[in-house]
Amino acid sequence: MITALANPQRFMALSRWLAPVLGAAAVALGSVGLGMGLNAPPDYQQGATVLIMFVHVPAAWLGMFAYACLAGSAFFGLVFRHSLADAAARAAAPLGAGFTLLALITGSLWGRPMWGAWWVWDARLTSELILFLFYVGYLALRAAIDDEAKADRAASILALVGAVNLPIVHYSVVWWNSLHQGESIFVKGGPLLAAVYLWPLALMGLAYTLGFGALWLVRIRAEVWRRRAGALAVQAAR
Amino acid sequence: MLGKYAGYVIPAYVISALVIGALAADSLARARRWRAEVKKREQLLGREPDAP
Repeated sequence: MITALANPQRFMALSRWLAPVLGAAAVALGSVGLGMGLNAPPDYQQGATVLIMFVHVPAAWLGMFAYACLAGSAFFGLVFRHSLADAAARAAAPLGAGFTLLALITGSLWGRPMWGAWWVWDARLTSELILFLFYVGYLALRAAIDDEAKADRAASILALVGAVNLPIVHYSVVWWNSLHQGESIFVKGGPLLAAVYLWPLALMGLAYTLGFGALWLVRIRAEVWRRRAGALAVQAAR
Repeated sequence: MLGKYAGYVIPAYVISALVIGALAADSLARARRWRAEVKKREQLLGREPDAP
C-alpha cells in the first residue's frame, strides 16, 4: 500500500477526496463527543475540571501519534530517498507541534486546580516538553538549511533521534513515581474510566485523529505543490 | 455547572479551538497558495495544468 501511495499522482488523486471525507467525519464525531462530554457529570474528586480531559488527552495522544508519523516518514525518506516521504514528514511536524503545545497548555490548566501548580518537573510533563522541543528543533533545522535535499536528510536524522523519546513519554508514569495520573484506558482488566467519561473521550480521540489525518493530507498536498512550483521555476529559468 | 473551575475549563476549550482552528486555516491557506502558484507557473510555461 505504501509503495502504491508513493506515486505522487496516485497520492494526489486519493487525497483529493479522502481529506474532506476525514475532515467531515472528524467534525461529526467531535460534535457528538463534545456534546456527550460537556453533559458528563462532575467527577467526585476532580469536579468540573474532568471536562479538560476531553481536550487534553486527545491532544497528548496526537502529539505522540504525529511524531510517530513524522519519524516513520523520515525513515522512509532516508532509506528510499522518496520525496513524498520527506513531504509527509515536513507536513506532520507543525501539526504535531501544535497538538503537543495544546497538551502542555491544557495539562497546565488542569494541573493548577488539582496539584496546586501550573508546572512541575515531573517525568511525564518533562518528557512531553522534550517532545515539543524536538518538534521545534526539527522545524528550525529545516528552516535553517537552504538546500532542500540536505534539509530533508538532516531533519530526518533529528526526527529519528527524537523517536527515542516516544516510549519515554508513554511509560514515564510507569517507570517513575509521577504526579501525573497513570495509565487508565489500556490497562489489564479493562479501562478504569467510567463509561460516562470513556465514550466521549473515545469519540474525541477518534475525531482528533481523523482531523489530524485530514490536515496532514492537505499539508502533504501543499508540500507536493510547493516542490512542483520550485521545479517549474527552475525550468522557466533555463 | 463549572463553578469555581470555570476559569480553568473555559480557557482550555477556547485555546484548543483557537489552536486547532489556526492549524486548519494555515493548512488550507498553504494548499490554496501553492496550488495557485503551480497553475500560474504552468500557464507561463504554456502547459496544461496537471490534474488533480
